[in-house]
Order: sequence, then C-alpha cells, then structure tokens
Amino acid sequence: MIAFWLLAPVMVVAALGVLFVRKAVHAALLLAVVMIGLAVLYAALEAPFLFAVQIVVYTGAIMMLFLFVLMLVGVDASDSVVETIRGQRVLAVVVGGAFAALVGVLLGQVTLGTAVGLEGANEGGNIEGLADVLFSRYVLAFEATAALLVTAALGAMVLAHRERLTPRETQADRARARVRLYGEGGEHLGPKAAPGVYARHNAVDTPALLPDGTPAESSVPSIISARGTARSAPAYRDVDAVVGQLEAADHDRADGDPRRRRSGDTQATGDADRARADGAADGARDGAPGGGDA
Amino acid sequence: MIATLPLAAEGGHHSVPLVDPGAADGVLGLVWLVIALPLAGAVVLLVGGRRTDRWGHWLGTATVAASFALSVAMLVALLGREEGDRQVGRHLWDWVSVGDYRVGMDLLYDPLSALFLLLITGVSTLIHVYSIGYMAHDARRRRFFGYLNLFVAAMLLLVLAADYLGVFLGWEGVGLASYLLIGFWQHKPSAAAAAKKAFVINRVGDIGMSLAIMLMFVTFGTTAFAGVSAAAGEAPESTMTAIGLLLLLGACGKSAQVPLQAWLLDAMEGPTPVSALIHAATMVTAGVYLVTRSNFVFENAPVAQTAVVVVACVTLLWGAVIGCAKDDIKKVLAGSTMSQIGYMMLAAGLGPAGYAFAIFHLLTHGFFKANMFLGAGSVMHGTGDDVDMRHYGALRRAMPVTFLTFAMGYLAIIGFPGFSGFWSKDKIVEAAIGENYLVGAAALVGAGVTAFYMTRLMLMTFFGEARWEPGVHPHESPKVMTVPLLVLAALSVLGGLLLLGDWIVDWLTPVVGPVEHHELPVPVWAITLLVTAVVAVGVAVAVLLVGRRPVPREAPRDVSFATRAARADLYGDAINHGLVVAPGGALVRGLVATDRHGVDGVVEGGSGLVGALSDVLRRAQNGYVRTYALSVLGGAVIVVLAMVAVSW
Amino acid sequence: MDDLTPYLVLSAILFSIGAVGVLVRRNAIVVFMCVELMLNASNLALVVFAKQHGNLEGQVAAFFVMVVAAAEVVVGLAIIMTIFRSRRSASVDDASLLKY
Repeated sequence: MIAFWLLAPVMVVAALGVLFVRKAVHAALLLAVVMIGLAVLYAALEAPFLFAVQIVVYTGAIMMLFLFVLMLVGVDASDSVVETIRGQRVLAVVVGGAFAALVGVLLGQVTLGTAVGLEGANEGGNIEGLADVLFSRYVLAFEATAALLVTAALGAMVLAHRERLTPRETQADRARARVRLYGEGGEHLGPKAAPGVYARHNAVDTPALLPDGTPAESSVPSIISARGTARSAPAYRDVDAVVGQLEAADHDRADGDPRRRRSGDTQATGDADRARADGAADGARDGAPGGGDA
Repeated sequence: MIATLPLAAEGGHHSVPLVDPGAADGVLGLVWLVIALPLAGAVVLLVGGRRTDRWGHWLGTATVAASFALSVAMLVALLGREEGDRQVGRHLWDWVSVGDYRVGMDLLYDPLSALFLLLITGVSTLIHVYSIGYMAHDARRRRFFGYLNLFVAAMLLLVLAADYLGVFLGWEGVGLASYLLIGFWQHKPSAAAAAKKAFVINRVGDIGMSLAIMLMFVTFGTTAFAGVSAAAGEAPESTMTAIGLLLLLGACGKSAQVPLQAWLLDAMEGPTPVSALIHAATMVTAGVYLVTRSNFVFENAPVAQTAVVVVACVTLLWGAVIGCAKDDIKKVLAGSTMSQIGYMMLAAGLGPAGYAFAIFHLLTHGFFKANMFLGAGSVMHGTGDDVDMRHYGALRRAMPVTFLTFAMGYLAIIGFPGFSGFWSKDKIVEAAIGENYLVGAAALVGAGVTAFYMTRLMLMTFFGEARWEPGVHPHESPKVMTVPLLVLAALSVLGGLLLLGDWIVDWLTPVVGPVEHHELPVPVWAITLLVTAVVAVGVAVAVLLVGRRPVPREAPRDVSFATRAARADLYGDAINHGLVVAPGGALVRGLVATDRHGVDGVVEGGSGLVGALSDVLRRAQNGYVRTYALSVLGGAVIVVLAMVAVSW
Repeated sequence: MDDLTPYLVLSAILFSIGAVGVLVRRNAIVVFMCVELMLNASNLALVVFAKQHGNLEGQVAAFFVMVVAAAEVVVGLAIIMTIFRSRRSASVDDASLLKY
C-alpha cells in the first residue's frame, strides 16, 4: 500500500495536469507519468505481465505514436484552453463531478472484504496462468483481436496514404516553367538571391541586398516574413556608414564637399534603378524567343 | 282533408290476386328473346362503332320490330290459354345468391306485361321508323339508334322482371338511356343541363325505390313479386305504408309527378322521337306500371294509396296549368303528359276500381301522345326546328298529313266522343267521382283545362294567319315519317275498342282483381255528358280567347300573375332550389368549411406542432462532438444513479 | 494489503478526470489522450478485481482492453491526421458540419 499512497497523489495531479496544461506535448508527458504509475500499481497488484505490457505497449508504443502525431500536426490554435461552447465547461465539471461522486457513493455502499489474492492463481507463474486462460477460454476472442489488429493496421495505412494525382515534377519541368514565366512576364530567370547576401548579417532571417542596396524581400523564407520575425536590412544605414567612414578618411587626406559627394551617390543610385528597369525590359524582348525555344 | 274522407275504406282486404306464375312453354318460352333482341342491337351499334354507321338504323329498327312480332305471337299464345293460367314465369339464371336471399333472373309474362310489351315494342317500332327520317341528317344517328335500342331493352326488362330487383335494374337502365338521349345533342349546354337535371331528380326517386326494395327484403326476406304478394297480407300495416310511400316516391321520380316533376319539361331538349317514346309513351308511365304491379302492396296500405291519389290530383292540375301558358309546342305537350300521367296515377290510386282504367288510359295515351309528339316533330321538321307556336299558324294547308294525324290525337286527348281518350278518361273521371267528389272534381276540371290548352295548341299551330319566320317554307315530311303518324293516328282513334265488352277489364283481372263498381249518385250517361260538356266549355273558351283574335308573335309581358307562374312551371324549379338546392349547398359549404378549418386544421396543426417542436429540438444537433459526449456522460450518470438507487 | 477499495476510488477519479478532459479539451489529440486515460482507469479496476477474486480473468480482460486500445489509437490517430491534412486543424470543434 505504500506504493499506492505514494503514487496515487502523483497520478491524480498528473491526470489533472492533462486537463489544464496548454501544450499537447506536456499533456502527453503527464499522461506518461500516469501510465507508468499505473504500471507500478499493476506490479503491486500481482500482475507482472500487465506491468511489462503497460510499460512496453502504452508508455512505449502508444505514447510514442501520440508524440509522433503531435510532431506532424504541430502547434495549433486548438491548444487554447478558452472554452467556445457556452456552458460546456461548467456542465462538464458538474456532470463529471457528479459521476465521480456517485461512483464513490457506490463504492462506499459495497464492502469488498478481504481480497483473495493471486498467490494461488500465480502459482505456476503469472504469464503461464494468463496464457492458460487466454488460450483456452478466451481463445476465440484472442483470435478476433488478431483480426482487429490487422484490420486496424490496414485501415491506418489506407487513411494515411496520399494518392499522387499528378505526375511527379522533375527538375527539367521546373526549369521549363521558369523559362516560360520569363518569356511571358519577364520574371527573373536566374536563382533568387539568398538571404544575407551583401547584408551585414549573413543570417536566414535577414533579406539580401540588391546591388543598389535595397533589401530583397523575396530572399527571406515566406514563413519567416509571415511570422513577422524577419529582420530589417539596414541597407542605407550600412552604406551611409561605409560612406561616412570613407568620407572621414577623405577628410583626413584632402578637402572636399562631402555633401556634393553624397548627392552624386544618390544620383548614381537612381541611375542604377533605371538601368535595372531597362535590363528587365531588354530581357523581356530578348527572352521571348528563348522561352519559346525552351 | 281527403285522407279523412272514407276513401277506399272498403277497399282494404278484398281478394288481391297472387302472383303465381306457371311454367312457360312454346313461344312463351322465348320471352327472354324480346329483351335480348334490342339489347343485342344496342351492343352491336354501340360497340361496333363507325363500321355500323351505314346500316345501323336499319338494324336498330329491325330488332325492335322483331321484338314486336314476338310480342304479338306471345299475346296470341297467351290468349289461347285459360283465364286462370295466364301468368307465365321463366327462370333464366341465378342472379344474386347470398345466404337465404336468392334472386333469379326471372321473367314474368302475364296480361299486364303483355299489354306493356305490345305498347313498348309497337310504339318503339313506329318511332324507330320515324327516326330514320327525322335523324337522317344527324351525324350521330347510329349512336342514337343504339341508345334507343338500349332504352327499349331496359324498358322491356322493367315490365318483364318478376322481381323488384330486376325491375330496379330495368328502372336504372331506362334512367340511363333517358339521360343519354336527353343529352344527345350534348353540344347544347341546355341539353347537357337538362340531362343532368333529369338524372339527379330521378336519383331522388330511385332512392325511394331502392329503400322500398330493402324494406321488402327486411320484412319478407324476398323481393320477388310472388313472395311479396303472398306475404303482403300478414305484414303490419305501418310497414306496408312505408313500402307503399317509398314506391310512390320512386314512381314520382320516374313519372314526373309532383314533387319530382321539374325534370320533364327540360327533358324536351332531347330529340323529338325521344320525347315521344321515352317522355310520353313509355318510360314516364313506368311509375303507373309500378303502382299497378304493386297492387298487393297498396291494397294493404290505404294511407299510401291516398297519397297516390293526392299526388295524382295535384299533378294533373299542375301539368294542365303549365300546358296553358307555354308557347313551346313540346313543352305544352310535356305539361300535358304530366297531367295525363296524373290521371293514370289517380286511377291506379283508386285501387281495384281504377287499375284497369289506369292501364287503359296508359295505352291510349301512349298512342295519341306519341302521335302528337311525332306530329310536333314533323311540324318542327317542316319549319326549321322552330318550337315556338307563335311562329306557326295556318300550317294545316302546308302539312295536311301532319295536320290530320295531329287532329286525331287532339280529339283523342280532349276526349271527343268516340275517340280513344274519350273512353279511357271518361272511365277515370267516373271512378274518381265514385270514390270521392273532390277527386272527381279535380279530374273534371283537369279535363276542361286539357281541352283548353290543346285547343289553343291546335289553333296556334294549324289555324289562323301564318306567322312564319322569314325564309321558312313549311313542307310536308317524308313518307318514312308520315306513315308512323298515320298508324298512330289510327290507333288514337280506335284505341277505345279495347274497352269493347269490357275486354281490357276482364283481361287484367288475373293481375289486379275484378273492378269494383261504386254506386254513383247519377247515372253513368249523365257523368259522360257532364265530362263532354266541360270539355266543350274548355274548347269554347280557347276558341274565344285564342281563335278569335290575332296571336302576337312575341309573348305579351303584361300578363296576370297566374300566367306568369304557369310560364315559370308554377315555380317548380324555385321550390326545388329553395327547399333542396340552397340548403344542400349551404350544408355542403358548411361541411367543406368544417373539413378545411376543423379536420384539416387539426391535421395540419398537428404537423405544424411537430415541425415547430423539431425546430426547437434539432438545436440539440449542434455538430459539436463534445456536446454529444456530454450527453453520453449524462446518460452514464443516470445509469450509475439508478444503480445507487437500487442498491441503497 | 487487505482492502482494495482505495484502488477503485483512484480508478474512479482517473476515469472522471478523463471524462471531463474529453469534454473540455479541444485538441483532438489531447481528447484522445483523455480517452486513453479513461481506458487505463478501467484497466486498473479490472486488475484490482482480478486480485480481489483471486483469478486471472480480470487481467485477461485488461489485456484485451490494451489490445483494443492499441488498435483504436492507430486508427484514431490516422483519422486525426487525415482531418488535419484536409482542414489544417486538429480541433474537434471545427469538424461540426453534420448538424441541423
């Protein structure tokens, strides 16, 4: 009974935790606690085989399945513990409490008396005893569970299987599509800029800088921009900083109008913009037959 | 008032002859053929369709003529038998066999049936011949003859059946034929409406007839003439009175007696041969036949007999008054028919004193009224189907044969001495006076009025100046039409010969018993003189009022109330409408409203309630699996609660 | 080691917690976990009854429950995966089209 009194509060708390924690992973872990506790109780209740099965099958296999699925599904808004159905939570607690109270009353009404104990039944070994019962009296049910398991496995495979409806897209297909897009709309033919190129931070969440110093938003993975965690590319500031350093160096060497140089710089940037636009137009003109060839 | 007088008081339980037919042999065994021939004709003509168009009318005429020949042969055979042996029965097959109730398809051939057979087949043959000419230009002539044959077959079944159920079959058959023939020109809405009216009013009478048959079955366990006549004396008088009154109701419907008289005048919408055959000579006399045949019922039901007399008196005056005011020649004749059938019913209601004379008048009326209807048809034929007498006049020169034959019928109906109507009507008036002065007075007045309106008809049609429609050139009808007129005219003149040596009275004795002669306060010749004098007065009044002044082509509007009432059929339709149609309509509207708002309301309200309830309850199906799980857990709680409660 | 009633009370409490969890949690996977919790609670009761009565039938029944639970989890999780794949949601409240 010592094991029971030690474990029971832990199990109840863990079970309540399943109710209240927000994240499903935590709930799974708490459930594992309850299951392991149960396994220990099985051992205490002279059921060594079930003890092993509980650990192996439940805690080992089933809980792992849960965790795998959680991994696949990912974090979800349904983790929120805010109730959406009016009165559901209150009613659930009331009815559940009533159920527990009633079962408790029912247990209070009966007197179990002294347990017979399993010393006699487990005389030839618990597993042998179980096998004796399982393969004599319950053999038909046992066979039926075999059928059930095969069916369940098949069912799960059917449900999880995803039929490919279109032929697999090959690299040649993708190249052809890209050239076609270039031919139709003048879309950039080459690879997109990788994040961090020319930027000061060579990180995946920092947009690359175009030759004119403007950040290229398309270089950042869309999931990062959607999440709003993309860093801003301090393009001009960096350029200004570099220019400032250079000017400071110039200032040291010779007199010059830094303001004038800056305006010339700006001019140069506008020229670059224009040149890029022209290039795109030329590309559209030149690329059309090329796209057709491809 | 009449009921309080000692009417037929001593008539009660005298020797009513029983119906007890012997076996048929020889030519009498062929009695079924009389019905079968026209029936076969009807089947061939109606089923054969257009293939029979070319020769259909000849077949229709031939079957009826053959029936007539057979009837004559059978009459001869019957005459050859002894007087007590003149009832012949023929069992054809078992018709209805339910428990103890057995109805055979039995035919009864006796002196009464024999006379009817001759009348029906004879007049039918003549009218068939006439119709060949009259309907020559009708595209549906073959169908017309099919219907006529059907009618003849049904009418023959009516008078030959030995069982009330068989009579009822024929009764409905003639009703059907009458309906089909009144509405023969169904493209005219008036004809269709008239046919419907006749059918509906006849249903009222038929209900009486069928109730009478049911009552007979309940009382006697049989509906055969033989069984009923044998047991009629033992039945309680109240039952017999009920049966008699119900039979009278049936007779009123079929014979157009008050209060079921309204259909007859409208029935003139049918072709004129139909009016002559069905609505003058034969079918409308079925009521008289029924009363006469059921003498064993009425002899045991004095109250019903009195009712017959009252109905007859009212009808004979009613019809005569209508006849005075109508300008439509066929409607005048129809009113006259009502009136004359009233005479027959009167005689039949007088009991053994009158049965024979009822049948006698029926026969003579069949002759002269058929004659006059066919004459009217001939007139219409010659004037372009115009029926308004105000458009006739001076036709005696244009249509001499028609005029002469019509005149014979005219003299017969007003009772000109020596003509058939003189003998038959005189006998009825005599019997009526012998029974009760009031009834006698009614009959006498009726005779005078009859003389008036028939003279008016004659004067307006054949005398005076010509008032023809422009473009109408009256001409004599073809031979095929005039020959039947000649034959019928001859019969109208000579019909009185049946009374020679009281032959018809003796002939009918096996059926209706011997005639009872009442002590009359004045000698018989005085009554005859009186009747003749009244008729002469009627003729004189008509000559003075109609013959001496020009007849306006439009009916005058500023006329007395009596004339207006007579023109409106004495408000028969209004009475029907007020007493039956309007309350019936109100009742039906009430029932419809009850059904729509009450019954339908309950049903639709119930469904609406269920719908509304489910609209609320279906909110429980909110699609959230957790809500369903909650209800599952709630159920588990209830189960555990039950366990706790049980083990407490 | 004489009175096993506390075990049954624990079983009842765990079962009720599982039931309430099914009712209040919206994530289908957590709901599934709560169902497993209920099954485990009943298993505990079965094992307790086996000891109480001194035969192994209760343990065999618990064994069968485990087998069936394993099959159920496999199919159930596959269904959840399929639903998630098409609806991008693992909430049991989102699959609520079958209603009035």
